[in-house]
Amino acid sequence: MLDQEQGYVTADGRQIGGTVMDMRNITLRFGGVTAIKDISFDIREGEIRAIIGPNGAGKSSMLNVISGFYVPQEGDVYFRGQKRAPMRPYEVARQGIARTFQNIALFEGMSVLDNVMTGRLTQMKAGILSQALWRGKAEKEEVENREICEKVIDFLEIQHIRKTPVARLPYGLKKRVELARALASEPKLLLLDEPMAGMNVEEKEDMSRFILDVNDEFGTTIALIEHDMGVVMDLSDRVVVMDYGRKIGDGTPDEVRNNQEVIDAYLGVSHD
Amino acid sequence: MPEQLVFAMEVFLNGLMAGVLYALVALGFVLIYKASGIFNYAQGVMALFSAMTLVGIMEGQVPFSHLINAMLGTHVHHFGWHLPAVLGILLTMVVMVGLAWLVQVVIFRHLVNQEPIILFMATIGLAYFMEGFGDLMWGAEIKKLDVGLPQGINLWIDETTFNIFDYGFFIDNLDIVATIIAALLVGVLVAFSQYTKQGRAMRAVADDHQAALSVGVSLSFIWVMVWSVAGFVALVAGIMWGTKSGVQFSLSLIALKALPVLMLGGFTSIPGAIVGGLIIGVGEKLFEFALGPIIGGATENWFAYVLALVFLVFRPQGLFGDKIIERV
Repeated sequence: MLDQEQGYVTADGRQIGGTVMDMRNITLRFGGVTAIKDISFDIREGEIRAIIGPNGAGKSSMLNVISGFYVPQEGDVYFRGQKRAPMRPYEVARQGIARTFQNIALFEGMSVLDNVMTGRLTQMKAGILSQALWRGKAEKEEVENREICEKVIDFLEIQHIRKTPVARLPYGLKKRVELARALASEPKLLLLDEPMAGMNVEEKEDMSRFILDVNDEFGTTIALIEHDMGVVMDLSDRVVVMDYGRKIGDGTPDEVRNNQEVIDAYLGVSHD
Repeated sequence: MPEQLVFAMEVFLNGLMAGVLYALVALGFVLIYKASGIFNYAQGVMALFSAMTLVGIMEGQVPFSHLINAMLGTHVHHFGWHLPAVLGILLTMVVMVGLAWLVQVVIFRHLVNQEPIILFMATIGLAYFMEGFGDLMWGAEIKKLDVGLPQGINLWIDETTFNIFDYGFFIDNLDIVATIIAALLVGVLVAFSQYTKQGRAMRAVADDHQAALSVGVSLSFIWVMVWSVAGFVALVAGIMWGTKSGVQFSLSLIALKALPVLMLGGFTSIPGAIVGGLIIGVGEKLFEFALGPIIGGATENWFAYVLALVFLVFRPQGLFGDKIIERV
């Protein structure tokens, strides 16, 4: 089913492209603790790729490696065919990799619109002088970026809170604003760290719908972390399963569901 | 109109204008504190240093001339040119940006994630270093600064008020110019932080470092930028105070006057710095006018600090600062 260059066709008939992100033999240690142990997997253009596993499996660490917050001791990261030198998180963001955080990292003092506009920072070209003087190019750019942000805001159905300071929003909406900010940068790869964590059933359904819509409408490549198995299996095209920093499964949701090692990790094994 | 009330009006106006200058210094503190959580004790010395540099550049002084002469036995003091004020200010600004970059690279890059008290101690060190460095570079004597700002009594106000009240107000032209420039500066700063890419990135860093990184903002670039802007504000304050009372060590002490302004206005609020400055300026002048003669005068030395103490007791976050809420 997997063809290195041609990609593949999903169960629901979507064409998935070539490799966007290729993680090769990644090992990450914190002092004596090995958080990630020799893991390789890839993310393909247009797919929804999930990383799942029990608590402490190293999922978030893996996401932090992709987004540059952690630098692995061993292994290589290939982004769009290029080997990536160790870089800082803001440089990774400028390459077109946007992310959200497990514990929400929004600019609490700013309005929703301002938060989403910060997502455009990587796309704005006007230099510091023309910005300071507010002339021609900078003004035109501001208007164009504003339009894109309004589109994202409409798409995620948060028009009614555009001007509200983020600090006043309930948890579920904050998660959606964070998604909007990441989306506004028109990312080549979107990383979602537990997008459904702490949500009630209704909010989870909303979020799942938005993730599917984003992928469908903009063709955005998405990698997400989740430990709620049910949600992930419905949402994703391919799943990586981690446990204690190792990869114990990789494949379509059905393949993973029937993998004995995965079942053991989630349900526990009897030791008799 | 009763004579006392007319005097009080004059005192009020002079207080407002003194307040503008306090606000200008406080603004430099707020900018850096908001963006990096650093309370920059060196802000006053930055004003002194920038004013010294401006005089030195305009007069064509050879930097470190005493050091050079002592080591090489030469007698160089001046390049022998006099630069126009505009060019001098531009060159001084280049120096201040360079300084901002050095401060970031040499000091604060190595202190990321340290306790606020450690960052504060570092700025105390920076203040003493810059003070000595400035003296070494340009000499420690009192210098006259003249960038062509008008000085002396404003005759129009004097005449107009004389026609109305039979008493001419003494308002210094320099104070009027300082007020206008400070107002413009604040307007530009607000527009910059609200409507430009770099301004937005600056607010982003002030709000949440991690989130700022995730949208592609380089923290160190923003910090250099903020220190440069604070350097520019220091330069403006340095020009105003330097023109008024000469460029000398006491100029760095205006930072101490900014402290009560910050306690009143809140450490994180730009409008707070301005309103706080005006309240302190007007308050100390009116207090001196009304009660000074009764309690022996010289109240301007302490009034601002007592007012700040009162605020600390009843409204510790200041007029506009972020409210302190503790969740239990």
